[in-house]
Amino acid sequence: MFLIAAAAAPALPDWIVSLATIAFANALVVLGLIVMWRAGLVSFGQALYYCIGAYTVALVARRTGFTDAIGLIILGGMAAGLVAAVVGFLLARYREIFFAMLSLALSMILYGVLVKSESLGSTDGFSVSPPTFLGYAPHGDALGRALYWLTLGFGAIAAVFVGGYFRSLAGSLATAIRDNEIRVEFLGVSVTGIVHLKVIVSGVLGGLGGALAALAIGHVDPNMAYWTTSGSFVFVTILAGAGSIAAAFVGSLCFEALRSLAADVMPDLWQMTLGTALLLTILFLPEGLGSVVARLRRRGGAAT
Amino acid sequence: MLTALAITTDGLVYAAYLFIVAIGLTLIFGVMKILNVAHGSFYAFGAYGAATAVGIYVDGDVNAALGFLFMISFAMAIGVVMGVILERGLLRLVYGRDEVVVVLVTYAVFLILEDVIRLIWGAQSYPAFQPMVSAGNVEIGELVLSNYDLVLVAIAAIVAALAWWALKFTRYGKLLTTVIYDRETAAAFGINVTLVYTVTFVIGAALGALGGAVMAPKISVTLGIGVEVIVLAFAVVAIGGMGSIEGALVGALIVGLCRAAAVHLAPQIELFVIYGVMALVLVVRPYGLFVRAQPRKI
Repeated sequence: MFLIAAAAAPALPDWIVSLATIAFANALVVLGLIVMWRAGLVSFGQALYYCIGAYTVALVARRTGFTDAIGLIILGGMAAGLVAAVVGFLLARYREIFFAMLSLALSMILYGVLVKSESLGSTDGFSVSPPTFLGYAPHGDALGRALYWLTLGFGAIAAVFVGGYFRSLAGSLATAIRDNEIRVEFLGVSVTGIVHLKVIVSGVLGGLGGALAALAIGHVDPNMAYWTTSGSFVFVTILAGAGSIAAAFVGSLCFEALRSLAADVMPDLWQMTLGTALLLTILFLPEGLGSVVARLRRRGGAAT
Repeated sequence: MLTALAITTDGLVYAAYLFIVAIGLTLIFGVMKILNVAHGSFYAFGAYGAATAVGIYVDGDVNAALGFLFMISFAMAIGVVMGVILERGLLRLVYGRDEVVVVLVTYAVFLILEDVIRLIWGAQSYPAFQPMVSAGNVEIGELVLSNYDLVLVAIAAIVAALAWWALKFTRYGKLLTTVIYDRETAAAFGINVTLVYTVTFVIGAALGALGGAVMAPKISVTLGIGVEVIVLAFAVVAIGGMGSIEGALVGALIVGLCRAAAVHLAPQIELFVIYGVMALVLVVRPYGLFVRAQPRKI
């Protein structure tokens, strides 16, 4: 699937490429949310890691002049992962709404700090210098395409890793934690440890997504940490459903397409469109759009 | 000394406003276990309703106090109508689903209502400063206070006292306490839990709208005012303990005073301080100050 998307790039018009770049960058964040959703946890503060990834890229590029995209993105992911590892000690003790609220508070703290930091451009943020790719420094369209391929590459790697994680012991216990935590502990497993790991994994994914988005947009600002940003990631997660990894990418692409369509056709009703779609998904497709595919496949399998 | 006094008064005024908004949120959570993101919409609708009401009564040349009452009742009526529609029309369908899923439902409603506001009132902002101006000022020493702010604190105190009285001394309050304590047992004893839910939600919605109404004269009523208030109210409720009325009061005071102190002493940490306090409280008391840890059930 990633190969098809990569091969298609030269044939696609620029606006689709840039839209897809942002969409796939955000899909990494959504993937992180899916990792947690499997254990019944929803974070309303994923923008924390997204923003840290983005600001790391922007700051490192500006202060040190280091502009290699791959290095920057890995740095962004690591920075966010580090923060996740630290706040994970705290977050892993909470469940349900308290987990969601505490992560919300943490991302709002970052927002508050960034808004008041004059040296970081306050509410305006600042722009990110165009990256290079292992010494190759493209401009204009070529830069867009290069970033697109890079995003796809990171997406593919992340998809493989998360797939492996889901099949691992820690990953497969997630559903059990969701259903009954105490019984999982009776198995001799540390639930807190597993949740902590989940927070770190999703933090790294969030950071990678934010770093890619920063390069693709070419600008960072504190709104990346605001709670509505987290809200839209949760939105895509619900829309896509936590059933599969591919759903994160397809869902994120649908979301960006819907957003640019709504911005063209009815700019005033964008939030209403979003809200209605979210409501209908929750009421009629509790497992997300991914479940429709699975259901069709099952039906197809039964027929043959 | 002057700064200390200013911090205290500013903090109290801010706390009063936070309390009015947060008590509706915490009431709904306590009874229904719904973290209602759409509370921000109630607030916004209340503020817009109040601005509209102010527009009407300023044109009509009415006594200021009567006009203020008209403004408040107009906004609360909007809250009541919205509460009924939302609870009966939508939330009823998702009772029993995961708490987190219900949060998302209210989030969806919040998004929809943001654009409904835009459709009804348009994108321009509405000034509603007249009640604040006609209230005048009072001087305490060197400090100039608006009478309107004093009224705000008084309203918050009245709401707190009423809530306390209603919960402890009325029949409905006792029913409510039973439902909060154990919904199923309450239903088994013949309490009409569905009705209690609807009434609670409507009261909560009206309180949210009241919060918006009393704040409308102090701010410029414009798009997006609900977004900010909802996370603030969350912070207050999380500090005090979700579902606890005393908690909402104490949480509002803590947040109000901390913010006022930050504004006067170190303005650059204003936003940071609120959520910093919230995170700190949650580290020490995971369920907030006034809620005990729940025993885990297998």
